[in-house]
Amino acid sequence: MVSPILELKDINKSFGHVHANKNINLQINKGTIHGIIGENGAGKSTLMSIVFGLYQTDSGTIKINGKEIKLKSPRDSILSGIGMVHQHFMLVENFSVLENIILGFEGELVFGKNLEKAKKDLKNLCDTYKLNIDLESTISDLSVGFRQRVEILKSLYRGAEILILDEPTGVLTPQEVDELFKILRSLKEEGKTIVLITHKLNEIMDLTSEVSVMRQGEMVGHKKTESTNKEDLAEMMVGRSVLLRINKSATKPGNAVFSVRDLVVKDDLDVTRVKNVNLDIHEGEILGLAGVTGNGQTELLEALSGIRKIESGKIQLFNETISNKNNFFDPKLLKEKGLAHVPEDRQRMGLVTDFKAYENLIFGYHHQEPFSKSSVLKEKEILSFSKKVMEEYDVRPRSPNLITSNFSGGNQQKIILSRELNENPKVLLVGQPTRGVDIGAIEFIHQRLIDMRDKGAAILLVSVELEEVLSLSDRIVVMFDGNIVGEKINKDVTDRELGLLMAGVA
Amino acid sequence: MDNLADIASLLNSTFRISTPLVFAAMAGLFAERSGVIDFGLEGKMLAAAFVAAVGSYFFGSPWMGLLLAILACVSLSMLHGFASVTHKGDQVVSCVAINILMIGLTTALAAAWFGQAGLTPTLTSDQRFLEITLPFADALQDVPIIGLIYSDIISGHYIFVYIAYLSVPIVFWIVFKTSFGLRLRAVGENPSAVDTAGINVFSMRYKALMVNGVLIAFAGAHLSTAVNANFFREMSAGRGYLALAALIFGKWHPKTALIACLLFGFTDALQIRLQGVELPMIGTIPVQLIQAIPYILTVVLLAGFVGKAIAPNAIGQPYIKER
Repeated sequence: MVSPILELKDINKSFGHVHANKNINLQINKGTIHGIIGENGAGKSTLMSIVFGLYQTDSGTIKINGKEIKLKSPRDSILSGIGMVHQHFMLVENFSVLENIILGFEGELVFGKNLEKAKKDLKNLCDTYKLNIDLESTISDLSVGFRQRVEILKSLYRGAEILILDEPTGVLTPQEVDELFKILRSLKEEGKTIVLITHKLNEIMDLTSEVSVMRQGEMVGHKKTESTNKEDLAEMMVGRSVLLRINKSATKPGNAVFSVRDLVVKDDLDVTRVKNVNLDIHEGEILGLAGVTGNGQTELLEALSGIRKIESGKIQLFNETISNKNNFFDPKLLKEKGLAHVPEDRQRMGLVTDFKAYENLIFGYHHQEPFSKSSVLKEKEILSFSKKVMEEYDVRPRSPNLITSNFSGGNQQKIILSRELNENPKVLLVGQPTRGVDIGAIEFIHQRLIDMRDKGAAILLVSVELEEVLSLSDRIVVMFDGNIVGEKINKDVTDRELGLLMAGVA
Repeated sequence: MDNLADIASLLNSTFRISTPLVFAAMAGLFAERSGVIDFGLEGKMLAAAFVAAVGSYFFGSPWMGLLLAILACVSLSMLHGFASVTHKGDQVVSCVAINILMIGLTTALAAAWFGQAGLTPTLTSDQRFLEITLPFADALQDVPIIGLIYSDIISGHYIFVYIAYLSVPIVFWIVFKTSFGLRLRAVGENPSAVDTAGINVFSMRYKALMVNGVLIAFAGAHLSTAVNANFFREMSAGRGYLALAALIFGKWHPKTALIACLLFGFTDALQIRLQGVELPMIGTIPVQLIQAIPYILTVVLLAGFVGKAIAPNAIGQPYIKER
């Protein structure tokens, strides 16, 4: 008989009008890997933040090992044996690994004996779980995968018996994911309990023995992983059946309409981030650009869309040079030539989040008819246009007057897409189209991109989600350290091969 | 030997002039390392100078004046914390408010209590701190080199001068060798990391501001109860801002901030000495230009001449839990 190590009963939590957790019940058994799955905004992170003591419940009880406890702060939770690896790492970047780990648990006023003991204990922990971390290295020098290990080590050092991981694989390469899963399995072997929060169904099937599904703040079901499948879970998450793999016809690519030759681009700190890149994008194809975050994709996309100066090389649109060393077309001119851009960072670049939805729906096109005449905005036309496209793109809620930041991530993305796709661009540059977007909206966005392709648009899809690149692209290139390190036709490639390219190994 | 004596006296004044800068820079270091901008060093220094002078005058003891100055500055720091840490107000605005309030309040109170706008009564010698002659200073006076360094440069300062330079290694030790220092640095870099480590972000920032209040009080007391024997209007004369500049120029590090303070002090000492001196080839430099040297230096240095100063990551941002 397995005993529950963590029991939640009738947990409620509201933020203003948002009821983030409604009567949540959950039992997590000792020594298991328990998945919690749900769309963005389903309340998973809120629930786990409650368990970690970051938020306090409005009502409900929490039991650990059968004993009811109050968790008023993270300290209470840590002392009760709960550790959490947050989606955004809670590390001080210019501190060493050691400093980050002992922070708050120094055990002495002036560093001395306990520090030495901590070093020894940490080395032992590293050996036990094969974490392979150098305690003296500075966090900012470590890769994302290693930073995550530091977080795990930190929790273990603080005595965690239950380890909560919030979307741990979002920023990892497939190889790093494998490493992480190995570590998690060995933790389980040692009797630790792991709670895995994710929206990726593969991970649930791979790793967990039990899974709980959340939807809109409610717990909609608990399953044994072996007695369920991805389709069932997806349906429970979304509340209707979903297509996990997009249907798309074979492609008939036409002429290369957008080409990049010997492109070199530097970032704001004068570091060369794009090194000699060559690309061709054809009419009627989706070219997927895969790669781990920070390998130059951002700078490449910015250069291609006319918002970043290039060092050398040239970019051509319909055989006209739109960017070279001395001169580049600005985004306005590029728009007129038929190029549209869905930026990677939708809240910083794609939208003015403090503005109303209808304003964001026309930005960049606001000076054109019918939205304005003689430099005066025509509100009636804008509003009727907004209502029309919000309907067409299923933006919820359909309120053009709502402030944009009040829409969910997926709906914000649909606002950008409806703006950019409405003009039927001939070339479309898309960065991370579904980052932070929930499954239902992902399906919708993917379908729209395929439709654009079928209409003959040339599309460049930059994404760190390998699954997305694989399911949409006709051709895939991989970027590593500023170079294109491989080009594959989608149907002949495995994610394993791409993973090796992304890690710069192959 | 005349030149050597000149240099000795120049260095002697450098140490004296840098003293309030050093206190203020160390005070600012605590606040800013914890993530709270302290633009209010100027106002607090002014408040301390006023309270120290008034306290010494009424209680007849400079120590009493110093104690009251500490209380006043800690209160002002707490006010800054209340506005910008607890209520998440704009930190710069809160500081500017303190600075402006202190200029007006000190002038008005001086007028109300002593009938003279912005001036407190002159303190007698037992109401103020006096210069300390270190042991053997007189005996060593005539020994070459050593006498010059020990008797003419090191000896004969006010107590605050010694405390100020002693405070730098202590601050270094606290910031880099204790758990308080670790938490202090962490809270200014990534408060979320501190919160999830089970430490209260707000109480850490208040503690830092408390230390800040104590240190800045010494700077003010030095001005009105040591180098001067009374308080006069706006006597801090931009030293708080200069110290903040030194802190930034010193990249929020006690050692380099000290060097920056000494550099500013040195240019100030130099400008005093250069006034009216005829330089070969150039002739007499106008006084106004000479007096502007420290400020010109500040602008040049801060304009990126010394490379990019990287501030604590979370500086100026009130801590709000994610939601």
